Amino acid sequence: MKIKDFLSQEAVIIGLEADSSEEVIRVLGGKLRDLGYVKEDFVEAALERERNMPTGLPLGGEYNAAIPHVDIEYVHKSALGLATLKEPVVFYNMVENDKEVPCQLVIMLALDQPKAQIEMLQSTAGLLQSPEVIERIMKAGSVADLFEALP
Amino acid sequence: MAKTVIVSCGTAIATSTVAAKAIEEACKQAGIQVVTKQCKAAEIQGYINQGADLIVTTTQMRFDPGIPVINGLPFLTGVGKDKVIEDILEVLRD
Repeated sequence: MKIKDFLSQEAVIIGLEADSSEEVIRVLGGKLRDLGYVKEDFVEAALERERNMPTGLPLGGEYNAAIPHVDIEYVHKSALGLATLKEPVVFYNMVENDKEVPCQLVIMLALDQPKAQIEMLQSTAGLLQSPEVIERIMKAGSVADLFEALP
Repeated sequence: MAKTVIVSCGTAIATSTVAAKAIEEACKQAGIQVVTKQCKAAEIQGYINQGADLIVTTTQMRFDPGIPVINGLPFLTGVGKDKVIEDILEVLRD
């Protein structure tokens, strides 16, 4: 099962305007909650996690990404949320927590099992490692275009 | 005897899963027997106590574990992935 199998059109936001990583997490997390994938306390848990263990990933190119996620107990059913940001928003580096990573792409992972969904995770990592795919995603003018660009 | 690699991340759900799989495949290709133990950052000490040769992590290590630590971020971002695999194999070959 790949990215597309976990991503519903309603959980994709193009050109989100946000002032902070908190805002992005609230908006994406809110979508997943409204769609029934995650519990009421998912958003708060995701915010807390991001504060303690940030998820910013410097990709070495024009764009960087963040992959906010939390423990399985906050998730009803595995799903992904994705937002392309109008302006880069600062997240912090996963391994060097005080380093800023301005991100334009945010993929929220709501996973209901540990050590599972390997294919989906690998295809997410694959996406992160393809500058051409990221470019197409960032330039997509519509949710339909964005879906076309997904691996 | 198989080498033990602790693969850790924040929640032991996502990034460590990707890294563990990649490490297992790299070791298989290199003919090195490996066992990966996926865990959360908070559980690392417990696994060290059980015996481990290397830690590959995608969180910030908050203590000195006494065994080699390698940053696993390249398995996610792809940046420096070949080098990180080299480094891991080198540690395990000893």
